[in-house]
Amino acid sequence: MESRFLILLLRRAVLVALGIVAATPALAADAVEAGPEGQAARHRVIEPEIERRDIERPRIDTEDFEVGLYGGIMSVEDFGTNSVLGVRFAYHISEAFQLEATYGQTDTEKTSFELLSGGAQLLDDEERKLTYYDLTFGWNILPGEAFFGRRHAYNSALYLIGGAGSTEFAGDDHFTAVVGMGFRMLPNDWLAVHADVRDHLFDTDLLGEKKTAHNIEAVVGLTIFF
Amino acid sequence: MRAPVLLCLSLLAGFLPAPGHAAAAQPVVTVADPYLEMRTGPGQGYPIFHVVERGESVTILKRRTEWFKVRTDHDREGWVDQAQLEKTLQPDGEPVRFGALAFGDYAGRKWEMGALGGDFGGANVISLYGARHLTANLSLEVGISQLLGSFSDGWIASANVVHNFFPEWRASPFFTLGTGMLDVSPKATVVRTEDRSDQFAQVGTGVRAWVTRQFILRAEYKSYVVFTSRDDNEEVNEWKVGFSFFF
Repeated sequence: MESRFLILLLRRAVLVALGIVAATPALAADAVEAGPEGQAARHRVIEPEIERRDIERPRIDTEDFEVGLYGGIMSVEDFGTNSVLGVRFAYHISEAFQLEATYGQTDTEKTSFELLSGGAQLLDDEERKLTYYDLTFGWNILPGEAFFGRRHAYNSALYLIGGAGSTEFAGDDHFTAVVGMGFRMLPNDWLAVHADVRDHLFDTDLLGEKKTAHNIEAVVGLTIFF
Repeated sequence: MRAPVLLCLSLLAGFLPAPGHAAAAQPVVTVADPYLEMRTGPGQGYPIFHVVERGESVTILKRRTEWFKVRTDHDREGWVDQAQLEKTLQPDGEPVRFGALAFGDYAGRKWEMGALGGDFGGANVISLYGARHLTANLSLEVGISQLLGSFSDGWIASANVVHNFFPEWRASPFFTLGTGMLDVSPKATVVRTEDRSDQFAQVGTGVRAWVTRQFILRAEYKSYVVFTSRDDNEEVNEWKVGFSFFF
């Protein structure tokens, strides 16, 4: 029993002695470094053989935004149907959903009452102009492909739109709810052709009685993805 | 007048170089899975028209949401989803990572923008705001709101300091203090009274919750004290919900 302890102790002593011997050249190397050739010697001792690997994230052109113009007709309840022109800006959140901001402008005509009564004027020229902006949420409910002849297939989507905004008309701003649907077709990867129908609903008491006015707009437009 | 403008723009758009072609070096990746499916469009419903086998390489041309347009060595182009493309290898053998924004990025964000809608003392309100995060807890916000009421319309411009109590929480409550100007004009159909422009102070609380990628849902309540030129100050409560994104 006692001899086994002795053997273990001896073994430990030998290991420590070997350790000191092994460490001596390292100490010697430290001494060399202090000299004029120290720099060169150090380079030889710890020459890096593996270069650091640069990890780069691939830079990919991301096209989630869409900007463009549209034009068409807009019917303003009691005030006739006229051409409308607007701009749109969209951000695609996923393949199914997008957020869109639109701004449009149209002129309106005299009401039947104004025309029949002869001289009565409800609004002046500036008040007859209607401008609106909307923030809407879009859902690509039916994505797919549209075929043109035998050779051409274009990506397309039928989408539903819902949101809110403000309409300036007859000297007032009106809180406006917007619902609609649209069709988008892409002739190539970055260009899209849109056809939309949207209803702008707002409360008005312009003609004496408070009511909800439905102002339906049908437009076509072009947008660019970037 | 308007039709020619549209026509010119559409022609111009046709001649412009495709925005995607401006990128100089497009990344090339090697398929490591048994195969890579290419679809005709950027969506899960589009048909698979081509399969790239293991060991072949594809060039990534562009990205739209979670879909990537790729070109094979044989010049076939199609769309691949992110999950499949992340199983390919870069030239140095490293797997491809696209770094989708996660909750960790939300905590370290610098800029934030959002839109909110709700009720301001009985009137509808639509707001846009931008925020700059100074620290994880503290941010500065400026915003503009439009008020659309039954009897009057108006605008609010405001600047706020926002304190996030627990930015590391997925739904983090915050406290806000600010000031600004309120401009109110009565409706044209209401008997004419004067437009008013007054300064206000506001205090509020709310919660912002990280939803996915860079999107945050936000709900807030603010109490306004409007310093009117009359004898009494006016107190107004505002409730809003909306969503914002950080970048």
